[in-house]
Amino acid sequence: MSGLPGFLIDDRLHFPSCPSQGGQRFLVEMAAPLTLLLVLAVTIRAALFRSSLAELIAERVEVVSPITAWKRVVEGLALLDLGVSPYSGDVFHELADVITAVALYMAVKDYNKQVFRKQKFALEADRYPLDCLELIRSPKEMYYIPLKVAMFYLLNPFTILSCVAKSTCGLNNAVVALFIFSTIKGNTLLSAIFLCLATYQSIYPLTLCAPAMLYLMQRQYIPVNFRRASFWWFIAQYLFMYLGSLFVLICLSFFLLGSWDYMPSVYGFILSVPDLTPNIGLFWYFFAEMFEHFRLFFLCVFQINVFFYTIPLSVKLKEHPVFLIFMQLAVISIFKSYPTVGDIALYMAFLPVWSHLYRFLRNTFLVSCVLLACSTLFPVLWHLWIYAGSANSNFYYAITLLFNVAQILLVSDYFYAFLRREHHLTYGLYLKRKDGSEATLVLK
Amino acid sequence: HYAAAQKQAEPAVLQPTPQPKDDFQEELVVRPLHSGDIYASFQFRTLWETDFMRGNKVSHYRLFPKSLGQVISKFSVRELHISFTQGYWRTMQWGQPYLPSPPGAELWVWFQDSVTDVDATWKELTNVLSGIFCASLNFIDSTNTVQPSASFKPLGIGNVTDHRFLRYATLPREIVCTENLTPWKKLLPCGSKAGLAVLLKSEKLFHSSFHSQAVHIRPVCQDWQCKTTSWELRQTLNVVFDLHNSGQGKREWSLFKMFSRTLTEACPLASSSKIYIDITDNPEQFELSPATSLLSQAMVLGDRRTFSVYDLTQQDTFGSVRSLNLLIRWKSTEGDMLRPLLHAERYVAGYGLQTGEIHTLMYNHHPYRSFPVLLLDSVPWYLRLYIHTLTVTSKGKDNKPSYIHYQPSKDRVRPHLLEMLVQLPPNSVTEVTVQFERALLKWTEYTPDPNHGFYVGSSVISSLVPSTVAMDTNSTRERPLFSSFFPCKEESSYFVRVYTEPLLVNLPTPDFSMPYNVICLTCTVVAVGYGSLYNLLTRSFQIEEPSPGLAKRIANVIRKMRGVPPL
Repeated sequence: MSGLPGFLIDDRLHFPSCPSQGGQRFLVEMAAPLTLLLVLAVTIRAALFRSSLAELIAERVEVVSPITAWKRVVEGLALLDLGVSPYSGDVFHELADVITAVALYMAVKDYNKQVFRKQKFALEADRYPLDCLELIRSPKEMYYIPLKVAMFYLLNPFTILSCVAKSTCGLNNAVVALFIFSTIKGNTLLSAIFLCLATYQSIYPLTLCAPAMLYLMQRQYIPVNFRRASFWWFIAQYLFMYLGSLFVLICLSFFLLGSWDYMPSVYGFILSVPDLTPNIGLFWYFFAEMFEHFRLFFLCVFQINVFFYTIPLSVKLKEHPVFLIFMQLAVISIFKSYPTVGDIALYMAFLPVWSHLYRFLRNTFLVSCVLLACSTLFPVLWHLWIYAGSANSNFYYAITLLFNVAQILLVSDYFYAFLRREHHLTYGLYLKRKDGSEATLVLK
Repeated sequence: HYAAAQKQAEPAVLQPTPQPKDDFQEELVVRPLHSGDIYASFQFRTLWETDFMRGNKVSHYRLFPKSLGQVISKFSVRELHISFTQGYWRTMQWGQPYLPSPPGAELWVWFQDSVTDVDATWKELTNVLSGIFCASLNFIDSTNTVQPSASFKPLGIGNVTDHRFLRYATLPREIVCTENLTPWKKLLPCGSKAGLAVLLKSEKLFHSSFHSQAVHIRPVCQDWQCKTTSWELRQTLNVVFDLHNSGQGKREWSLFKMFSRTLTEACPLASSSKIYIDITDNPEQFELSPATSLLSQAMVLGDRRTFSVYDLTQQDTFGSVRSLNLLIRWKSTEGDMLRPLLHAERYVAGYGLQTGEIHTLMYNHHPYRSFPVLLLDSVPWYLRLYIHTLTVTSKGKDNKPSYIHYQPSKDRVRPHLLEMLVQLPPNSVTEVTVQFERALLKWTEYTPDPNHGFYVGSSVISSLVPSTVAMDTNSTRERPLFSSFFPCKEESSYFVRVYTEPLLVNLPTPDFSMPYNVICLTCTVVAVGYGSLYNLLTRSFQIEEPSPGLAKRIANVIRKMRGVPPL
């Protein structure tokens, strides 16, 4: 009985509901540490911007890819008007990071409130078996999670490097974070608009449509059932808003630029992978060594691979759309055509939200060691290949493979832990076999 | 300029015939260079008064080669300039060449404005020329063809200046050898059997520091009122023999030493056949034998030069032995070379295989005049230029070009084209730098020897250079004052084209032995992702029952068959 939360009264669990005053006090109490965190994050970035490392970092292929490199944005601007001095814009990138952090902070705070409420209703309905009370989450443990999320994002070396390199990834992350925030807040229109903006920049956030729709339907108490008219009606509404804003954006770009050239050059670039500059992803070396005959086939396979997990994951995780968002973001970051460390930082920022799954994770040591080792080996082997000439491309490629395997392991580990916790919440934590001895769970 | 020189020396002889008139002239200019090397420049000119364009079917070719005539009429070519060069012209040691050419092959063509699809015509033309000259010009495609807007204006008459009809391509990797010389010689009316072409033997010509052969076709005016036009075909061959390689270290050259042949007769079809020896540097410095009394003066490349002339159409040139072997002997090695006013260099800076910087240096050696130059740079698409890093500095200060035409590249479709008009201050060095990034190519796009590097074609610097003799008051002292105020048109400036070195740039390479391995490994990683997610999506948690031992399992199978409950 020890280790249970201290408000067990009459064999039933009581949680104090959060009145609005308490909520405001909560907000004020949390604002101070958050502001401190923001100031610290901006200071680190500003210091790095002014140092000589900024140029070095801006050239690293792990941090910038052909679609996010600021150098190419400047080049584009310079081509538009030869003679205009390029815009340096440090503040612009720091602001993007701050927006992402604040949006994630507020989104996670709101999500925590939702989790509490659901848990309270489930407890009152006696849906949890009694021996899994350890798995119930308490306000105390969840108090610091939003701050931790903001901290994980802002102080992540990957994010800092991305910001200092002036990669446009920070901007992409900001838009996705705003989309998550507006979805969790329940604002359908804003969610559709931000998702449309995110899709407009790179096509892959299209897969986030499904979790957004599932979450909003859950929030509006629309049952997820194919036979119900309200389900289809909501989907139609959301898709109309989404496609409508996408259409408006595309027409706007057409009128601003005067031609359709940007569509094949942006989306064609992302989908057909013409640029084989090395990065931390799987595409570049694969297509550098591909036989011409099979190039189109494998291109389609790899691109479909990113979109392919949406429907199965949505079916499995339809009750848990926020975890689905996390899974989708991870899948996009690993399998997209030009990944950078900034994309990884976005889904890693979510890890504190699932900190209660820690006891079911199986590979933490392995994954963290591999990720750390690969992050340090990337610049070393790049230098050996490109500058020292004593290694060749295979060395860098090997580390890329290892890094991606570690990420896949991390994501599947969290998925396993999540499903296991759900299983225990339904069937009880301490399971016994038929003969009464301690049972082990396996996936069959 | 040489046409002007010839007309000064002797009136051109045109033999009127009832057929469309054609005329053939040949000449050889020998210029001893200050470093002890010797520069020989052959020019063969065929003038033909005919009109390929207006639908007359030309079927009778006399002096003009049939293959080129058919090319001009089929592809509606207005001007064609093709050159094959081996070696790099060292401007600072040798001065300016009469006809500049970049290392490798260079082809530029102006099409008539009746052509509707210039790109398709260009493609066919390059393939046909590749066959005519036995060269691999079929490597010319859209990835190394550009349309310069200002640097290559038509050299013949014509009023089409829309640069949509101009195509320029260069193949710096092209090697010139006997296979290219033979079809080139076949285009001459006398072949290599009579006249000056007898000297063109490949074993000596290719054993030289510089060898360049070119074909230039353009329309020219027939008379000064330009009522009729004729086609001019010029075949030029420039060769520089090295003092130590071919000259055995002795400053003594003869036709036999240079070409291992002597001359016995002029080409019977030629209206004029002459040899010019440049004796300007110091007439007492050289000893020419057999001596000649014919002298000629001409303005060449901004400088007044004096030439000794040997006329091969005159029988007495050959003397009693009926063969002409010119001997040029140096008597002293003193004397200054006239420093070329415009000179350029180019190199790649930086280290590593990720980025680099192209530096182009342009030298203006004129003591007091600045002049503008047009710089044309064509960089392949796999060196991604960052044009916002372009800097032009002269004498340490920023020098903004007054005209920049930049066409960005498209991956695998077209190269970068950069054209700039830069004003070079007097007595200075102007440096143009631009940063680039090296791309990783698909493994099939590398040449068979990928670590040799990739060639970037020479930059072309075109300019009207003011002549140093224009302000020399010595030459104007005898002239009346009313004509000597403004610099005389013919002496004030001359056209110069300078080619820089081609660059050799290394690109990062993938491992060429590993395509199958890479495909397997990457697909394995994707499969690992797919596998783990598939497991978690399709399987559910169940309590594990320990599996019984082997004996028990077999027993259970037998019991099942018997219909008895298992153990």
